[in-house]
Amino acid sequence: MTTAPVTPTPTPASTPTSTSTSALNASRTTATAIRVLAQLRHDPRTIAMLIVLPSLLLLLLRYVFDGSARTFDGIGASLLGIFPLITMFLVTSIATLRERTSGTLERLLAMPLGKGDLIAGYALAFGTLAIVQSALATGLAVWLLGLDVTGSPWLLLLVALLDALLGTALGLFVSAFASSEFQAVQFMPAVIFPQLLLCGLFTPRSNMHPVLEAISNVLPMSYAVDGMNEVLTHTDITATFVRDTLIVATCALLVLTLGAATLRRRTQ
Amino acid sequence: MMNYSEPPPGGAGQAVQAQALTVVRGTREVLRGLDFTVPRGQITGLLGPSGCGKSTLMRAIVGTQAKVTGTLDVLGHPAGHATLRTRIGYVTQAPSVYDDLTVRQNLAYFAAILDPGRAAAERRHENVTRAIADVDLTTRADALAGNLSGGQRSRVSLAVALLGTPELLVLDEPTVGLDPVLRRDLWALFHTIAATRGATLLISSHVMDEAERCHRLLLMRDGELLADDTPDALRTRTATETVEAAFLHLVDEAKKSTTKKEQTQ
Repeated sequence: MTTAPVTPTPTPASTPTSTSTSALNASRTTATAIRVLAQLRHDPRTIAMLIVLPSLLLLLLRYVFDGSARTFDGIGASLLGIFPLITMFLVTSIATLRERTSGTLERLLAMPLGKGDLIAGYALAFGTLAIVQSALATGLAVWLLGLDVTGSPWLLLLVALLDALLGTALGLFVSAFASSEFQAVQFMPAVIFPQLLLCGLFTPRSNMHPVLEAISNVLPMSYAVDGMNEVLTHTDITATFVRDTLIVATCALLVLTLGAATLRRRTQ
Repeated sequence: MMNYSEPPPGGAGQAVQAQALTVVRGTREVLRGLDFTVPRGQITGLLGPSGCGKSTLMRAIVGTQAKVTGTLDVLGHPAGHATLRTRIGYVTQAPSVYDDLTVRQNLAYFAAILDPGRAAAERRHENVTRAIADVDLTTRADALAGNLSGGQRSRVSLAVALLGTPELLVLDEPTVGLDPVLRRDLWALFHTIAATRGATLLISSHVMDEAERCHRLLLMRDGELLADDTPDALRTRTATETVEAAFLHLVDEAKKSTTKKEQTQ
C-alpha cells in the first residue's frame, strides 16, 4: 500500500476566489460589530476599565503637575491621543488572537464572510468604544481639569478617534505574529513603547539626535501627538493639523489592509 | 442493519469526488493520492485511528487546507470555491464558538453571516430556534457557551453547522465525549437530516460501533484509504462479524503487503 505517487499531480485542486468576498457587506460588518460589543457586554469589568481608566490617569497626571499648568497642558493633550491608541491596541490584539486560537476565525472564513467585513466590524466596535472613552477623557480634561486648549475640543476628539483606529489596526496586525497571549501582550512594549519614547512626549522631536528624529518621522504616533499639540496651540485648523490627521488615518488604513492579508482562509 | 435510502433523483450522484488527492503539511505527506467519492444524500463515515489524516481530509473538502494537489470537486465546484461557503456546514473537532456569548447569540451571529440583511431577520430567527432544538439545547439557549459542559459546547458548535440547511455537512468527530443517549439521539438526527433534507453527511469518528450507522464507509490509515464500501460489503468481503473486525483485518492485510513489497524490492 505504499504506492504513493512519487510526484504529486501538479494540478491545483482549487483556485481560491477572493474577489466576491473582499468587498464590504454592510450587514455582515454590523453583525460582526454587534457581536464584538455583545461579547464585551458579558465582561462589564473590561468595559468599565476601558472607559474609566484614561480619565483616572489624566486626573492623576493633573495633580502630579499641580504646580505647572503649562506642563499638564502639553503632556495632557498628548496623552489624550496616546491612551486610546494603547488601550485599543491591547484589546484588539487579544481579541483577534482569541478569534484565531478558538477556531472561530477558521469557521468564519469557511463561511461567506469577507476579511474586510471582519476587520471593519472590529474597527467599528472598538471605534464606538473609543468615542465614548475619548469623549469622557477629553471632557474631563478640558472642563474639569482645566486643560487649556486654544482650538476646538472636537478636533481633539477627532484625533483621539483616529488614534484609536490606528491602535485597533496595529493590534489586529501584530496578533497574526503572536501564538500566545504572553507574546501578544509583549507586542505592547515592542510596538508601542518605541513610538512613545520618540513621539515628542518626553522631549521635542526637533531636539532629538538626527537619527532618532528621522526614525520618529516615520512612526505614526509622532503625528498623533503633533496633531494634538496643533489643536492645543492654534485656534484654526492648520495645514500641519490636516497633514497630521491624514497621516494617522492613512497609516491606520494601511495597517488594517496588512492585517486583512494576515487572515488566511487556508491553514498550512 | 440499516435501510439504505437511495440517493435523491437528479442529485448528480456525487457530493465529493477526489482523484489523486494529496496534502502536504510541513514536509510530511499527510494524504497520499486518495481516490474516492462521497455519494449525495447519504451518510458517509470517515474512520481510522487518530493522526491518520481524517481532519486534514475534511479541511481539504471544506477548502481551508493549503497545499492540496490532485482533483477535488465538491458539489460540482473545485473545493474552496467561494459559492460553496453557504452550501457546506463544517464542524471542527474542538468546538469553535464564542465562550462569552450565549448559545442564542452565537447562533444569531453566524446566521447573520450566512443569511445577512434585515429582510431575512425572521427567517434567521426561525433557523436559530430550529438549530437549537435540533441539538436539544432549548432549555440552555440563554446560557453563556463558556458555562456549558464540554458535550453541550460541542453541540452548540454542531448547531452552527445546521443553520441555513447546508447541502453537505462535514462533521469532525461530533460525538466525542457525549453520553450514549445523546450519541444515539444525534445519530438519529443525522439520519433525519439525510432523509428529509436530502443532505450529504461526512462524519469522522474513531468509534467503530458508529460505523455501523453509516450508509458508506471510508476507512483510512496513515494517509491512505484502506476501503471505500458499505458496512455490509466490508463485513462480507473480510468475512468478519463487525466493522471493527473488518478494519483490523484490512490493517493487518495492508501491513503484510507492505512488508512483502519491501522484501521483494
